[in-house]
Amino acid sequence: MSRTSAAIAGIGATEFSKKSGRSELRLAAEAVLSALDDAGLSPGDVDGLVTFTQDANQEIAVARETGIGELTFFSRVDYGGGAACATVAHAAMAVATGMARTVVCYRAFNERSGRRFGQPNARLSGEPTSQGLEMSWHVPFGLMTPAAWVAMFAQRYLHVHGATSEDFGRVAVAMRRHAATNPAAWFYQRPITLEEHQASRWIVEPLHLLDCCQESDGAVALVVTSAEHARDLRRSPAVITAAAQGAGADQMMMTSYYRDDMTGLPEMSVVGRRLWEQSGLAPQDIRTAILYDHFTPFVLTQLEELGFCGRGEAPEFLKDGGIELDGRLPVNPHGGQLGEAYIHGMNGIAEAVRQIRGTAANQLTGVTNVLVTAGTGVPTSGLILSAG
Amino acid sequence: MSGRDPRPATSVPAVAASPVSDDELRELAGKQAALGEVRGAPAPDPVNEPMIRHWLAAMGDANPAYLDKGLAPPAMAQVWTMQAPRPGARDRSPVDDLLAALDAGGYTGVVATNCEQTYHRYARLGERLTPATRFTDLAGPKRTALGVGYFATWNVTWYGDGDEPVAEMLFRVLKFRPREGTREDRPPYPLQPAVNQDTAFFWEGAKSGELRIQTCADCGRLRHPPGALCPRCRSSRLTYTVASGLGTLYSYVVHHHPPVPGRETPFVVGVVELPEGVRIVGNVVDCPPGQVEIGMALRVTYRPMDDRLVLPMWAPEEP
Repeated sequence: MSRTSAAIAGIGATEFSKKSGRSELRLAAEAVLSALDDAGLSPGDVDGLVTFTQDANQEIAVARETGIGELTFFSRVDYGGGAACATVAHAAMAVATGMARTVVCYRAFNERSGRRFGQPNARLSGEPTSQGLEMSWHVPFGLMTPAAWVAMFAQRYLHVHGATSEDFGRVAVAMRRHAATNPAAWFYQRPITLEEHQASRWIVEPLHLLDCCQESDGAVALVVTSAEHARDLRRSPAVITAAAQGAGADQMMMTSYYRDDMTGLPEMSVVGRRLWEQSGLAPQDIRTAILYDHFTPFVLTQLEELGFCGRGEAPEFLKDGGIELDGRLPVNPHGGQLGEAYIHGMNGIAEAVRQIRGTAANQLTGVTNVLVTAGTGVPTSGLILSAG
Repeated sequence: MSGRDPRPATSVPAVAASPVSDDELRELAGKQAALGEVRGAPAPDPVNEPMIRHWLAAMGDANPAYLDKGLAPPAMAQVWTMQAPRPGARDRSPVDDLLAALDAGGYTGVVATNCEQTYHRYARLGERLTPATRFTDLAGPKRTALGVGYFATWNVTWYGDGDEPVAEMLFRVLKFRPREGTREDRPPYPLQPAVNQDTAFFWEGAKSGELRIQTCADCGRLRHPPGALCPRCRSSRLTYTVASGLGTLYSYVVHHHPPVPGRETPFVVGVVELPEGVRIVGNVVDCPPGQVEIGMALRVTYRPMDDRLVLPMWAPEEP
């Protein structure tokens, strides 16, 4: 992907809540229109839409509600939150190839007041699809929630690296500290201490309640167009310097327990290698990273897989505020999904754009390059966005 | 009372039982057998006409020969020394301690499987019989249609006047661990696996007490979870290997929240590494969650979840 071929020209979102009181389609339409307003574009300028396979709002339905009209490109990306950055990657490919000129990526759900992903769903293993069969080696044993799937990796990480629950807790504390000063965050002005993290109830050992991100209602949309076009629009563009998808060898949806090692995220390694190759950048060039934080342990693993620190060194990297705003690598200045909202990673991409624009609630200085990742433990994706 | 085990029992790995372990049961069985024949208390009543008459009437036996000749029907042997069901008044035999230990070990179900009687002579009116019990064998744990259990065998000899044997009996019971929720109204287990042509062998194996690991018939590669083709040599000639049933815990979780249908929290799920070279996910059972640790030795155990599904689970391997 060439360095300047595409850019994010607009971002939009609904409020983040626990009960939106509106349909998911309405949330999607509101976010899409808000992103177009932000970019200074009208619905008639849009010819492509991309969303998650899991999204309940079809592209054509969103087009109808927003008056987008004809579409020449529409696409879905699978594997839960792993789709987030890939929606932008697909949009950028469509723009680069001429399939579309302006593509909107969106994700909208009532994940708290509607269907909650953290609740056991016996139908996960019900059908003999490849995914149903994969789930069938786990669900019958009651291993059927995202927290449990992640906890299995986390336990092994603790064992191999001699880490502790407090190492995970430091991620939660940092995210809540960031959210405390972000008015858009659900946990605005509600920081937590490490003691509160340790005292929170078990969800699935070794994960406490405060290792798990919140559940949210809301929507986020992103407008992708050529960098050249973006420069003519209302906002300064966030150039898509690199965009990658990744699945590891012997990959499963969220239960890749059968590979040699269980302490890493090989799919994120695939993404990381591609991002560094495409961008020509290195970890030290990244001012801030938006790391997918549905559960705290995989933030540690991502720091290692992306090369911000060595294997097993993340607990040390996190100490003394290492990922906080004034730390060695500020992670998720908006508070992440633990602190701001769980919009399947899309709100993190919006934060990356704000950091590049200089308009974030917790704005860092000198932001040129921001790395963003999507869902972890699943086939995933990533972006490097740059000023320009 | 006579019968045979309804299904041949096959040997299965030990199931950890607290507070009485399988090893402790075997040790106790050895001790009780070493006691040899232990005399019980003499019958409270001598062989008598009223009891014989009741028995004949109850059995519908119209043969007049018994009362005419003053002889007891041989099958009444047990009747004369049977103890009243009064707590604390029992005359203990070498069998009682063992049955109590089996109960304590969780093998609370009981069914008589064998009763073989040998008659040496008729017991006569006025004769007072004395039983003597010899514990002979404890076999198990075995997997049976009723559940995992032990077969306990003992012999009773009834001695008459002159200390001569009147009758002998070999008696065998199956003491079994009742399956979880074997009640007939048990609802179907809600967490059923999807099964297709590639995976059916595994679930059928679990039902028959085998841990089957997909194996390529061409290159010999073992693979779990199983798939549709051998990813190494592309062969579609897939068979399976029956695993040893041993494993080592590679990772685990303790599920507390939210509630899971068909399960009581907390429960443990582990990734188990098999000596055959593959990993498998299953519940760790018969071990308090706080004592579960990575690296612990495990042995497979089979748990019926409902009429359709048997899940292989993992219990601590007794050292």
